[in-house]
Amino acid sequence: MTTKRTHITIRNNKIFKNGVLFFEAAPYLTLKDFLKAAWKNLKVKYPKFYKMDEVSKLGVLAAEILLIDEPHKAFNEEEVGVILSNAHSTLVTDTEHWNSVKDDSNFFPSPAVFVYTLPNIMVGEICIKHKFKGENAFFITEQYDAEMIFQHFNLLKTQNKIKAAIGGWVDQSQDDYLVEMFWAE
Amino acid sequence: MKQVYFTGDSIISSLGFSSQENFNQLKNGITGIRKMNNPVFYPEPFIASLIDRQKVNVLFPDDQYTLLEKILILSVKDALKSSYVDISSGKTVIILSTTKGNIDLLDKSLAARFDKQRVLLWKLGEMIAGYFGNPNKVRVISNACISGVLAINDAAMLLQNDIYENAVVVGGDIVSKFVLSGFMSFHSLSPEPCKPFDTNRDGLSLGEAAGTVILSVNPPKQNEKLLFAGGASANDANHISGPSRTGEGSYIAIKKALKEAEIETANIDHISAHGTATPYNDDMESIALSRHNMSSIPVNSMKGFWGHTLGAAGIIETIALLWEMKHNTLIQTKGFQEAGTVEPLNVITQTEQKELNYCLKMASGFGGCNAVLVIKKVNS
Repeated sequence: MTTKRTHITIRNNKIFKNGVLFFEAAPYLTLKDFLKAAWKNLKVKYPKFYKMDEVSKLGVLAAEILLIDEPHKAFNEEEVGVILSNAHSTLVTDTEHWNSVKDDSNFFPSPAVFVYTLPNIMVGEICIKHKFKGENAFFITEQYDAEMIFQHFNLLKTQNKIKAAIGGWVDQSQDDYLVEMFWAE
Repeated sequence: MKQVYFTGDSIISSLGFSSQENFNQLKNGITGIRKMNNPVFYPEPFIASLIDRQKVNVLFPDDQYTLLEKILILSVKDALKSSYVDISSGKTVIILSTTKGNIDLLDKSLAARFDKQRVLLWKLGEMIAGYFGNPNKVRVISNACISGVLAINDAAMLLQNDIYENAVVVGGDIVSKFVLSGFMSFHSLSPEPCKPFDTNRDGLSLGEAAGTVILSVNPPKQNEKLLFAGGASANDANHISGPSRTGEGSYIAIKKALKEAEIETANIDHISAHGTATPYNDDMESIALSRHNMSSIPVNSMKGFWGHTLGAAGIIETIALLWEMKHNTLIQTKGFQEAGTVEPLNVITQTEQKELNYCLKMASGFGGCNAVLVIKKVNS
């Protein structure tokens, strides 16, 4: 059966690893500045991080901390999946793209923004960073449904599709965000 | 594990308002892709495959529902006609596949008419489940262009493992200024109707559609049955907006789906590829198939008929494959003229008869994602 090994929570500019405070920044920092500070703190050289939209950064940041102890090294790349969920898909980035195309007199769509208007791009970013080639899925639910994500992982495991996975919730709305991410094997 | 049967389906697209109407058009080689000039969608002329929206409003006049909600509901209703599954039963789950849902509601002129939550995808799922009085939590999958295949794989897995008895898998997306302008900015749209696998292919055509496929563990009455045999997804772990040069994720997904189906590559009679007609996608698929020694298996792409219908694509293209199998018919690849992929493919150029027992559906999308499913025909 599944053993829940590591769990990350990110909210209110605080990061918790297995319930213990891992990093915090001043609560008045914007999400953008918090993400920058939290990533810098990890001392990981990965310039691609700065090109991502904020919700992808949240996911990539949480995954990086989740995998510090390298639990994934025990598996081959096809055996690790990523199963994430949220409520707002990519609404913040969608709004940014929309604002760049809604007026014909002020029409300047950017491919660098548009590519992030899909929630599974974050899954792709995590897979690229850690070389995960197993199953992917992105579910949209009103609230975090940990049971549903675990069930999906357990079924994939029962059917020998994957042996381990990153799962959880990475959500960003105009005025809030929340990450609940776990590693399971 | 339980066997999972395909028991009913529906396609609503530029080519018609049922699977039968669509399949007739596919057999006759009719495309729904047109040149358009409509500034509501895009400031300049563009190419797309659009549903007859006037007809949608005649068939479904209730303006409490958005255009996308209307076509999704119409498609589920139509699919239920051909299936024995009870959608209001607690044993039935509804799974929705969409990439952008009601994204057109970001437009102020439309937003005023609907609740603010309607732009959210879980709410779209609730609108569909609520319409049909389904008591279960609706599952919404938004995973770029593999959403549809992934949703069918998800449904099959839930049924195989006794979580539910039936699944109604519905998917859809509409063409909007949001999506058109984004793909335009990527320079991934062709100025002409798309040409999958062709040497002169220069990009995709966008389309809109809704599709529904109904799965059940309870076998249909007819002797000939179509079963879900296997499915898998995999990530390239390479690039977010370009496919892998080695077809890595696609290769892995094919390998795992065939393993679940307990068959060899040589058993596959026909492949329905993703075939978007972008230079990179079609090359990538040719490489993935070549790595499996599957280059000589007859392959087609439906994109030349419907365009790329995003969240509907995996579903309506799987339905087309089910109908090809039912009628032992290979449908031509509309828009293809001259071979031009980096590895050779046996592209179907003329619609013809062929006995089909095992077929494979491929899909790939942004975020490096790939998904595959295998369908099997049995006679009992």
